[in-house]
Amino acid sequence: MDQLFMVTLLATAVTAGTPILLAALGEIITEKSGILNLGVEGMMLVGAVVGFMANVATQNPWLGVLMALIAGGLMALMHAFLTITLRGNQVVCGLALTIFGTGLSGFLGKSFVGIPAPASFKAFSVPLLGDLPLIGPIFFRQDALVYVSYLLVIVLALFLYKTRWGLSLRAVGENPAAADAVGISVFRIRYLSVIAGGMLAGLGGAYLSLAYAPSWLENMTAGRGWIAVALVIFATWNPVKCLVGSYIFGGLDALGFRIQTRGIDISPFFLQMLPYIATIIVLIFVSRETKTHRVSSPKALSIPYDREER
Amino acid sequence: MKITLEKRLAPSTLMLFAVPVFSIFLALLLGGVFLVINGSNPVEIYGMLFKSAFGSSYGITESIVKAIPLMLAGLGVSLAFRMQLWNIGAEGQIYMGAVAATWVALTFPGLPAPVMIPFMLFMGFLAGALWALLPAIPRAYMNVNETITTLLMNYIAILWADYLIYGPWKDPAGFNFPLTPKFVPAAILPTLGETRIHLGLIFAIGAAIVIYILIKHTKWGYEVRVIGESPAAARYAGMNIKKNICLVLFLSGGLAGIAGMAEVSGVAGRLQHGISPGYGYTAIIVAWLARLHPATLALVSFLFGGLLVGGFAIQLIGMPAATVSMLQGLILFFVLGGQVLTNYNIKIISSPKKSASKEVE
Repeated sequence: MDQLFMVTLLATAVTAGTPILLAALGEIITEKSGILNLGVEGMMLVGAVVGFMANVATQNPWLGVLMALIAGGLMALMHAFLTITLRGNQVVCGLALTIFGTGLSGFLGKSFVGIPAPASFKAFSVPLLGDLPLIGPIFFRQDALVYVSYLLVIVLALFLYKTRWGLSLRAVGENPAAADAVGISVFRIRYLSVIAGGMLAGLGGAYLSLAYAPSWLENMTAGRGWIAVALVIFATWNPVKCLVGSYIFGGLDALGFRIQTRGIDISPFFLQMLPYIATIIVLIFVSRETKTHRVSSPKALSIPYDREER
Repeated sequence: MKITLEKRLAPSTLMLFAVPVFSIFLALLLGGVFLVINGSNPVEIYGMLFKSAFGSSYGITESIVKAIPLMLAGLGVSLAFRMQLWNIGAEGQIYMGAVAATWVALTFPGLPAPVMIPFMLFMGFLAGALWALLPAIPRAYMNVNETITTLLMNYIAILWADYLIYGPWKDPAGFNFPLTPKFVPAAILPTLGETRIHLGLIFAIGAAIVIYILIKHTKWGYEVRVIGESPAAARYAGMNIKKNICLVLFLSGGLAGIAGMAEVSGVAGRLQHGISPGYGYTAIIVAWLARLHPATLALVSFLFGGLLVGGFAIQLIGMPAATVSMLQGLILFFVLGGQVLTNYNIKIISSPKKSASKEVE
């Protein structure tokens, strides 16, 4: 394989990995607070359609992003209310969110199918950084949202491990009763974390409909929300590892497409299976690792917190 | 004033029945708001939905046809849920069952019906069961989250079925449509009179009875219930949890596989693109709404079968197909929220806490 091919492939891996990265970062925040939200796929879809609709209405991609953030946040608020306040089953509630989101996005987006986004995010080269050999064309000739995702990874890593708020958030996810005892509001932190997670999932969806494939298609996430949920485990709840993982999956996505254009004779159906198969295999290996190396999930993950039952 | 939740000693019986009914009502109400925003008349749309599903004998029989896969897959899903195993791969298991049954019908077209149908049924069951066993083994022995793996395998199964019908199994006389040749008559399930209700209904009812007896009246069923309710107690009692995880998911997938077999053999008469329009996902809602009980499950399957039939009808007047899955998601939301009323007493107390905390400040 020649160098140009590799560089194009890796640059596409970043683009294809970005929606997964954004959603997975959101799920890291949510899960770190002790709440499991399996509704990522649904929140992404609603984010994608709402962002697209706002884009059509206003011709402004940033307003699209704003609306997607709000829509994702509102979806997550439903999850927060049902699981935190009403202590509903988090797995089933997340599924409900995905089913509802799939339906709602299809319902809202029906008349938007097939029209191109009027104002999509375009790639541009970052001064200086974009001229670096290899790294420039791969990482710094992307669109604005990709740069936002780099910043988010750094900010989130610093937030979680270097700030007081981050410490509180992790405490709530590890041992809510102890956090409560020292005066941290478990309910408020969990609500905020779940909503922030939903906003990022919405943003991931908007990346699909405003940058990656600037249009709206029913079910256009095609399981990326679920891959994002799996990726959180793969990344052991670490934002930086999450970035690496996202690009690996993005690369698989891109590879399938590139192989076809090179005229290699494999059925496209098999190529499309690659990301799903890879996710499952990776998940199995990582689960073995976590068992031996004790890198475990937040201890209170998916357990409702009941003050009186402590 | 403060609202607190107080855990009930036993779930309220009244709420057990009232909650699902109210959930559906409130979901329709909120769905109606979305319809109004979208510029449609909810009364007209719901009326049409209801009338086409339950307003004629044809509608009712069609609702039963749609209830068959929901009931089979729902039984499978609820069996796994009993053990706190989140099998959300019923959709893929349906597809694998459909593929395996189709393989039998296309490979051995000379078999007589009394051999063909049981063979297809067996292969459909086996394929669905093995497809669920694949994520079950890592779940049991390496603690790999089955929610994600079973779900991701849906995509693989659907792509596999698409590969076959767009490729090696494509009907040469099908004008390039993504479907296999029509099955020989021996591979088609008999139907009831003039209706489209097929033998799959008997499979579903039979499966419900078998599962009910297994769970309520056998030692194994007791084990499953104990493991589901208290894994620690089960371990202490020396129950083999790992083996039971595999067995339960195997059966769970097998039931969904039968649903797939019944769809190709009883409804479509061939394998075609989109053989299941999301039955596997709807089955999850059905199972939860029925509180995992086989008899209630039959009733809820019928209602949701009707919702699907109505969904097709409202598409004819230009409503999106997704309207129905939106309503389904809303129903599940309200059921989940409503369960708090079943398990908790809501107490509204005017507490002096607020003023006390102010004094501290």
